[in-house]
Parts: sequence; structure tokens; C-alpha cells
Amino acid sequence: MSFLIDYIRTVYKSVRSLLIGMRKTGYYFTHHKEIITQNYPENRDTLNLPERFRGEVVMTHNEANEHRCTGCTACELACPNGTIKIVTKFDITPEGKKKKALDTFVYHLELCTMCNLCIEACPTSAIKMDQAFEHSVYDRRLLTKKLNKPDSKLMEGVE
Amino acid sequence: MLEEIGTTEQGDLVINIGPQHPSTHGVLHLVITLNGETIKKVEPHLGYIHRSIEKMCESLTYRQFIYSTSRMDYLSAHINNHGCALAVEQGLGIEIPPRARAIRVLLSELTRLASHQLWWGAMAMDVGAITPFFHAFREREMINDIMEETCGARLTMNYMVPGGVMFDLHPNFVTRTKDFLRFFRSKFNEYDELVTNNIIFQERMKGVGVLSSADAISYGCTGPVARASGVSSDIRKIAPYEGYDQLQFAEAIQSGGDCFARYLVRMQEMRESLAIIDQLIDTIPDGEFQAKTKAVLKLPKGEYYSRVETARGEFGVYIISEGATTPYRMKFRSPGFSNLSALDHMSRGSKIGDLVAIMGSLDLVIPDIDR
Amino acid sequence: MLSIAGIANSIHQWLNETFSSGWATLLEFVLVGILVISFFAFLGLVLVFMERKVSAYMQLRVGPNRVGYKGLAQTLADTIKLVVKEGLTPDGADKFLFNFAPFLVLIASMLLMAPIAFAKDFQIWDINIGVLYITAISSISVIGVLMAGWSSNNKYSLLGAMRSGAQIVSYELSAGLAIMTIVILAGSIRLSDIIASQENGWWIFKGHIPAIIAFVIYIIAVTAETNRAPFDLAEAESELTAGFHTEYSGMKFALFFLSEYVNIFIVCAIGATLFLGGWMPLHIGHWEGFNHIMDFIPSSLWFMGKTFFLIFLIMWFRWTFPRLRIDQLLNLEWKYLLPISLFNLLLVTFIALMGWYF
Repeated sequence: MSFLIDYIRTVYKSVRSLLIGMRKTGYYFTHHKEIITQNYPENRDTLNLPERFRGEVVMTHNEANEHRCTGCTACELACPNGTIKIVTKFDITPEGKKKKALDTFVYHLELCTMCNLCIEACPTSAIKMDQAFEHSVYDRRLLTKKLNKPDSKLMEGVE
Repeated sequence: MLEEIGTTEQGDLVINIGPQHPSTHGVLHLVITLNGETIKKVEPHLGYIHRSIEKMCESLTYRQFIYSTSRMDYLSAHINNHGCALAVEQGLGIEIPPRARAIRVLLSELTRLASHQLWWGAMAMDVGAITPFFHAFREREMINDIMEETCGARLTMNYMVPGGVMFDLHPNFVTRTKDFLRFFRSKFNEYDELVTNNIIFQERMKGVGVLSSADAISYGCTGPVARASGVSSDIRKIAPYEGYDQLQFAEAIQSGGDCFARYLVRMQEMRESLAIIDQLIDTIPDGEFQAKTKAVLKLPKGEYYSRVETARGEFGVYIISEGATTPYRMKFRSPGFSNLSALDHMSRGSKIGDLVAIMGSLDLVIPDIDR
Repeated sequence: MLSIAGIANSIHQWLNETFSSGWATLLEFVLVGILVISFFAFLGLVLVFMERKVSAYMQLRVGPNRVGYKGLAQTLADTIKLVVKEGLTPDGADKFLFNFAPFLVLIASMLLMAPIAFAKDFQIWDINIGVLYITAISSISVIGVLMAGWSSNNKYSLLGAMRSGAQIVSYELSAGLAIMTIVILAGSIRLSDIIASQENGWWIFKGHIPAIIAFVIYIIAVTAETNRAPFDLAEAESELTAGFHTEYSGMKFALFFLSEYVNIFIVCAIGATLFLGGWMPLHIGHWEGFNHIMDFIPSSLWFMGKTFFLIFLIMWFRWTFPRLRIDQLLNLEWKYLLPISLFNLLLVTFIALMGWYF
């Protein structure tokens, strides 16, 4: 007889555990306010990314089209992937001396792992991380970027 | 044992599971020999995602190589980075500020929670229930948002630097973490209702893939896999680092050694992680978040080893330094590799469905195994 | 009153007046064939959309919401994709059986459409051995599954097909015994008689305990018979990738997919007919006013409502439970369901003999 009671108890317990699970899914089926997914491309305007989010490296320029990069290659050395390549040139200062300056800041987005080491290494805070994350393009050459704007100059007083 | 490999009898069915298969969670390749539905042998083939991270690290400086360990066990990236930072700090002999230590522990535990949540969903999906996967992602998403706000990235944070952490905690961190704790606690019984108490799930888990404690030790299993077999192996307890010895938490140990025991160990670990975060969140010390270090780090000549407890087990970092700015030799001990080696032993004589359940309960991350 | 049966009768009359009786019958055959096929396509679209929405809401998602109004055209777009996709036949496959299997499965489920009463007096074929016909024909689809699995020349497919064979053969027993319960209570195996016997109350209420047990067993057994989770071992996505239809693509895959959903519809329709009174409205004893109000709802709506309720139940199972293992699956059948249904059969015979039902 105890065998039969055990048998019935097993059946009862199993069915009960299944019904508890079904109650949970049934709850979510009827309570649509619990939905957590977002309609991504439509909500692009309201998308709020934290300011520390690392999307890509950009160089800050002020209104006078001046940047803060001295071309010291600290970021190039800090980068573990060879993402950054800095091409320097020699400017002639008003005193007639030759001075090393930035010519082109080449940034390979396709190699970048957003590790933030270049930003940490930069002594003059010339570069920073931007929140843009929609990087997909049809041609990979478009991912190699030149960060300093055309005709931009070094900001006064940045050494 | 060695002779058995590569021999099949007449009538055996040899099946390749992977490298592309829904339940291997990556590019693991298993050659299984079947007799009907019963497994006679499992041979894992590795190397599909080998990136030679150890060799790469030899040409990276001590600041740079930390980021690459995020790409090994990407689910506990932060804890991997933690182990590397500890090894470098051991070599440099720097003292880490108390605030940095608290931040590290807090984020490590959050990472462990996120990893276990994903495992919970994937485990349920392996045995055929798809809905829990999405429920797990709901809580995990909150952790990812916290990470994103403080570290700047969601998965591969690279928040560790030798001597501390990269930034200070975000001002919102404490409130958001408390919100998360409250939310997760309110939803945690749902995990039990949906999966743990489910009779089908229990039947699928109990008595499947039994690993005795002697076998767990001889296969070098660590983490929840070893603890489910009754082997005390929590690095946070047996070799405390970063002030874990001052925190009150229990080591989750089960004695069954089957899939259900491994499941219960991880469920309890989630509770313990919540307890650790609870203890720390209100008492984060003030002060520096990073110790002063030189611009160029050079480790003195010698060998350095540090180990941390990731969500999968013991992660060890072994550095041989010749005194240069880059390591001479780098070796990682990844938990997944040793845990995978027990797979053949555990799954012999069980069914294909069991193999999938065992793999789920081992919580394998393939890039961690291949490196 | 405008009813589906009325429309059918007027078409019948018009055809007989316009053509000779032989031609009229032939045209009716063609008409019914077209209707069945289009109903198939319609069911596929509706049920796939329903499944996706049900699963989405249970999984805290929105589900398809882009194509068409609120995503309603999503399944149509999927169908177009499947139609234009190349149907690959793997090298080394048994070409004839490989191409024939999906049609066999589909034809089996199409044949099952015949005895179902969709509305009052609206039935393709009121065969006098209706229940027997259903149990017999529903066993045919397993041949198609076995054929597909064997001919694919793929080990995953073979394993899936063997699992499916073992599963369907065992679960047919308890499904049949559950149906027997109602046959004993109703005293007929003609479906229209069974429906007519439920005029004053559905069998699940009238037959109380044995009918409820039989209903639960029936739902479990047909979930297994249609290879749905938690019994989807033949497909077992996380174990066998896609089971018996691993190698199928394009329209041939779509036929398997379609027949799966149509099979669900059919077993739920039969369940609704046997246990929930088919197209019969809900009548409670002597509540005349209530019964009158219920009579105003068209019979076809009653039938569809009950059927879709059962379909929802089966979908609910799928999105809640983990999958069983093959030995547990057979254990459940042979150690639990079969003994219970045999005992239940004894019980219901006793109750029917004593007249202890309402």
C-alpha cells in the first residue's frame, strides 16, 4: 500500500512543480509591462549612453580648429594592438627653430579594442573616447580614420 | 587509457558534435562514439579559437597585456584582469589603496553574478527550456549597465590597471547596485520556480555525470565543479587575496558530484556573492583608487604567480620576468581546460541528452580553454 | 440564419442545379481540396505567428513587430523566403525517399482533416468509424519522419528519426486509451454522435474524474505525438541540431514545419471535439436563459475557440518546460501514463455501466 501512496505522491509533486512553472510563464504572458526589450533603431534619439562608454577614439578640437596633440607618440606606444599611427612633421617656429608637430593621427578603428590605454597615456588630454557605437560600414578602408581635422593646429600653450 | 583513443568497434556510431553546434557554446569539437544512444567515449578536439594569447603577451608591456586576458574567459573578464593585476603588483611590490581593493572585490562579485546568471540561462537552454535564458538576461542586463557606467564597457571592461583601477566608481554606482540587489533578490525565487524545482529538470540533472571527489582532484577540476564533488577549492577561502578573508561568506560545497550538485553550488554562490556585495557596498573606504606607479613598469627578475577564483574555478597567472618591460614567458592556468578534461570520464555510459547537460553544468567557455 | 453549413448547402444546391450530379460531385471534390490546402497554408501562417508571439511574451520580448501591421505579415515574409530558397538534396541521400518524406507527412495530416466537424453540420466526411480512422491515420506520419531521417544520410537525422519512432509508437497507446474513455461514455465512434452526446454538457464535465484524467493524459500524449517540447526529442535543438529535418531546406523544410503546426491543430481539434464538445456551445444543466445566450455564439467560433485554447496550452508547455531524456520519456509513458490510463479505462467502464455520470 505504501508503494501506491508513494506513487501518487510522486505524481502529485511532479504535476505541482510543473504547474508552478507554468504559473510563472503565464504571469509574464499576461503582464506586458514586464517586457524589457527596446525597439532599437527607433529609440536612437532617446538612447542614453553613459559618458564613460567607450565607442571610438576621437581628438578634441576647439572652435578655432585647434587640437592638443603634440605628436609625442605616447598613445602609439601604449596601444597593445598597433591601432594608432602618428605621423609627425617639423614646423618652423617664429624664432626660426625646427619643432616637431603632429601631421596625421591615423586611427585604425578595425584594430581597436577600446581598452582606453591610449587615453590614459596621453599627457595633454588630446584624445578622448566617444560614445558612437554604430561603426558598421561596407568598405573596411573607411574604418581607417584621420583624427586631426584638416588645417588644425596645436593649441597655444600645450607642450 | 591511451590505447582506447582512436579505436572503434563494429557497429559504433561516431558523431562529430561541433565545432558548430548549438550546445557547445562556441567552437568546441567533440568526437563522440555511440552505441545506440549510449555514449562510449568523448574526445574533445581543441584549437578552433586558439589565438596564442600567452605568446602575444610576451611582446606586450605589463600595462598592455591585461586587456588580452579579457578575451579568454569573456564572461568573467574582470576577474581574469584581476589575476593579472595581482601578479604584476606582486612583482612590483606595490600596496594597493583600500578603496581600490573594495572596488575590485565589488566588481569581481558583480562579474561572478553576471556569469552565473548567463550560465543559469544557458544551462536551462541546454536541457531544452528556452524561456529561462531570457529571464536570466534581464538581471544580467542590469549588471552590464552598472559595468558600462563605471568601467565604460559591458563585457570586456579592462578596468584593472596595475596598482588599482582605471577610474573611480561612478557616482551612481552605489544606488544602482543597491537597486539591482533589491531587484535580483525579488526575482531570485523565480529561478527556483522555473527551473530548480521543476521535476523534469531535476530528473535530467540528478545522478547524471557523477564525478567523485578523488576524480575531481586527479583531473585538476576547480571551482564549482570541484566543490560539487565535495572538494574545497575556493581560492577566496584557501588563499585569500584582496581582503576576502575579512568578508563573511560561506564556501558553497555539495557532496553529490552530479550535475544537480554543480547546479546547486552555483546557485548558492550567487547568494554568497550577493552577501559579499551587501557587506561592502555601504563601507567602501574613501581615498585613492589607484596607487602611484612609474610610467614604465619593469618587474624584477624572477617568477611570479597569482591565482584568483573566477566564476569557473581557479585562474592562475604565471609570469617569468627577465627584468625587461615585457614578460619573458607568460602562462595562464585556465579553469575550463581542466574541467573539460573530466568530460569523457563523466559522460561515459550516459545518453546524448546527458552529455549536453554535463557540458552545461561544466559551464565551459571555449576561448578560455583554447586561449 | 447565416451559417457555414448554410453556405455549404447553397453551394451544393447551386452546383447540382447548374451541372449534372456527377460533375457537381467532382467540382465539390475539387472545391474541398482547394479549401483544405488553403486552410493548411492559413493555419501555418496563423499558428507560427501565434507561437512566436506567445513565446515572446513569455520571454519578456515583444516578438515580431516590424513587417506589416504589428508584425502580422512576418510569417508571410518568412514563407516567401522559404519558397525562393534552394531546396538542397545532400550528396549520398536516398533522393526519392528524401523528396517524398515531407509530402507523406503532409498528406497524413491532410487526411486527418476529413472527419473533423468545424461547425454545426459542417464536416468533410462524417465517417462512421471516425475515431478509429483518426487513430489509424495519425500513425502514418511517423513513417514520413523515419523516411526523412533515414534517407538524409546524416547521423543526427537518423538518431532523431529513431527517437521519434520510439516516441510516437509508445505515446499512441495512451492517446488511444484516452480517446477510448470518451468512446465508452458516448457509446459511439462516429464523431458527430460523440458531439451530439455532449449537447447537455461537455464530457469533461459530465464524465467528471475519469474524463479529466483522460483529458490530461490525452494532452500529454498528443504533445509527445506531435514532437513538441517537452517531448521534442526528434528535433532536440540542443542535442541533435534539428533532428530528422537537419538536412532539409527551403520548401521541403517548410512542409515539415507546416505539417507540425497542422498536426497540433488537428490533435487539438480532436481533443476539443471529444472532451470539450466540439462546436457545441457551453450548456449548463437547466439554466435556460444562459444556454440561449450561449447558442447565439456561432458554432464555428465555439469550435475554433476551444481548439485554440488547447493549442495555447500546448504552446505554454513548450515555453516553460525543459526537455525529457529519451529513457525518461519512455519511462513516463510505460510506467506512469499507460498504467494510469488502463486503470482509468476500467474506472470509466464501471462508471458507464453503473450510469454514474451526468
